[in-house]
Amino acid sequence: MLDVQGLSKSFGGLAAVSNVDLHVDAGRIVSLIGPNGAGKTTLFAMVAGFLTPDAGSVRFQDRDIVGLKPHEICARGMVRTFQITQPFAGLTTLENVMVGAYHRTADRRESAERARAVLDRVGMAGHAEQPADGLTVAGRKRLELARALATEPQLLLLDEVMAGLNPTEIDDIVGLIKEIRAGGITIFLIEHVMQAVMNLSDYTYVLNDGVLIAEGAPAEIAADPRVVEAYLGHGAAERMRAPEGGHA
Amino acid sequence: MAVRTALFLAALLVLALIAPLLIANRFLIDVLTLILFSAFLGQSWNILGGYAGQFSFGSVVFFGTGAYTSSILLMTFGIDAWIGAIAALFAGAAVGAFVGFLSFRYGLRGSYFALITLAFAEVFKVLANSVEFTGGGIGIFIEHEPGLARLQFDDPAGYYYIALALTVVSLAIAWWLERSRFGAYLKAIRENEEAAEALGVNAFRCKMYAIMISGAMGGVGGTFYAQKFLYVDPPIAYGVATSVEMLLVSIVGGMGTVFGPLVGAFVLHGVNEVTRHYIETPGLSLIVYGLILIAIIGYLPNGLIGLFKGRPRPKEAEDA
Repeated sequence: MLDVQGLSKSFGGLAAVSNVDLHVDAGRIVSLIGPNGAGKTTLFAMVAGFLTPDAGSVRFQDRDIVGLKPHEICARGMVRTFQITQPFAGLTTLENVMVGAYHRTADRRESAERARAVLDRVGMAGHAEQPADGLTVAGRKRLELARALATEPQLLLLDEVMAGLNPTEIDDIVGLIKEIRAGGITIFLIEHVMQAVMNLSDYTYVLNDGVLIAEGAPAEIAADPRVVEAYLGHGAAERMRAPEGGHA
Repeated sequence: MAVRTALFLAALLVLALIAPLLIANRFLIDVLTLILFSAFLGQSWNILGGYAGQFSFGSVVFFGTGAYTSSILLMTFGIDAWIGAIAALFAGAAVGAFVGFLSFRYGLRGSYFALITLAFAEVFKVLANSVEFTGGGIGIFIEHEPGLARLQFDDPAGYYYIALALTVVSLAIAWWLERSRFGAYLKAIRENEEAAEALGVNAFRCKMYAIMISGAMGGVGGTFYAQKFLYVDPPIAYGVATSVEMLLVSIVGGMGTVFGPLVGAFVLHGVNEVTRHYIETPGLSLIVYGLILIAIIGYLPNGLIGLFKGRPRPKEAEDA
């Protein structure tokens, strides 16, 4: 469904993302993990049309989408959420989601109906008339998800939807993401919360300093010494292995 | 609630329609005409500034272009003002497209957009001053020959009804924005352009439509002004005072609301007339007027309409 090849981007000599290849097959939940500053969000921004890559190609449903504007990419069925939530603060929750729903209908009543259905799906039906800037962090994350879902995408890009949530809220949203996938939407997510990634994804890519350092099923990834080192520092894998002995 | 509002508005409209019959004082009719006209121009600003969040500081450029368009057509080519008004509508929209394309294409937002619009108005003023067909600094005098085709009248009530019609149309446009996809998109752009883009909104196109609608309204307003006051020159057509009035009535009344500009126009002109009438020391009335303005803007960031609406909208004030 999504095919990224040789994607690179530098900011003033600093390579944020270099030569990344990755693949998201239809119907799966694929995750991209990596420490802070690894270039995950930059990669997402390029895939969703917010940044133009220096080199490389992004193909979505077998068509090159590099150079398309975000709204054009949205029209083709790929939509992203933002790590730092970007609600339409002066509008109500329902009005926020209606902006997404209008993508598929010009009719106000129908848009409102669809938006309500989506709010119901993400468990926010009770907040429909509330101003979006009054929502909690968890509420805002859900709102991001709801707005994106309302555009009826085939591929959903989730940028750290779990960051800042407590364990119960994370469990809720993990359940929700699984439901979304069961509804036929492919999911590509950036995540920091390892535990959530482990029990959510079918396949994981690890980015460090703009370079992919590992990929595979989550369980393999967790045991990969390069990944452990990227997260915990040089030599960490050695030290972890020593007392436990042959854990991998 | 909705029925009561509708009844109230219907009653207000009927009252507005029969007002010239009830009011013997022609000066008062003139004041009402100017209030309505101000509300109309304010709504033109409100669509771009209040709904789409593009804070223009030079919206007079549409007004002035409209005033010149119909005045030149009338005085140089003898074309009736009602046709001139249509030409002014297109001229205003064209200037809107021109200014919008140059600003939005290069991503000018917030104060940069405000500055560029201000600059455009100044450039147009200089141009109007220096080219031949606008009459240069002397301006254009318009002959007074009353008649509907010329949009000129002996009875001030004639102008009043035209201003009323313009205001009603402008309210209808704002009402449509409140209920349409386009309006929802404009608000989304105002609140967060990047998020709107991510959700499939073509922000550039929406902003272009908004500035063209705003420009078309301003253009028609220019024709009305020229036919009423019978004179156009560069400071009138492109002076910053009109730009300020356009945004002021919207801000005072409530940006991004249907009735904000109308309420703002009534209050601003009302305060202005009253202070002028009761305060005789020269200049003092302006000071009082200014103080009242500061108080309204300082204590009511959502405008007077905000008093009646529970929901706060602090975002727009920041963007300004």
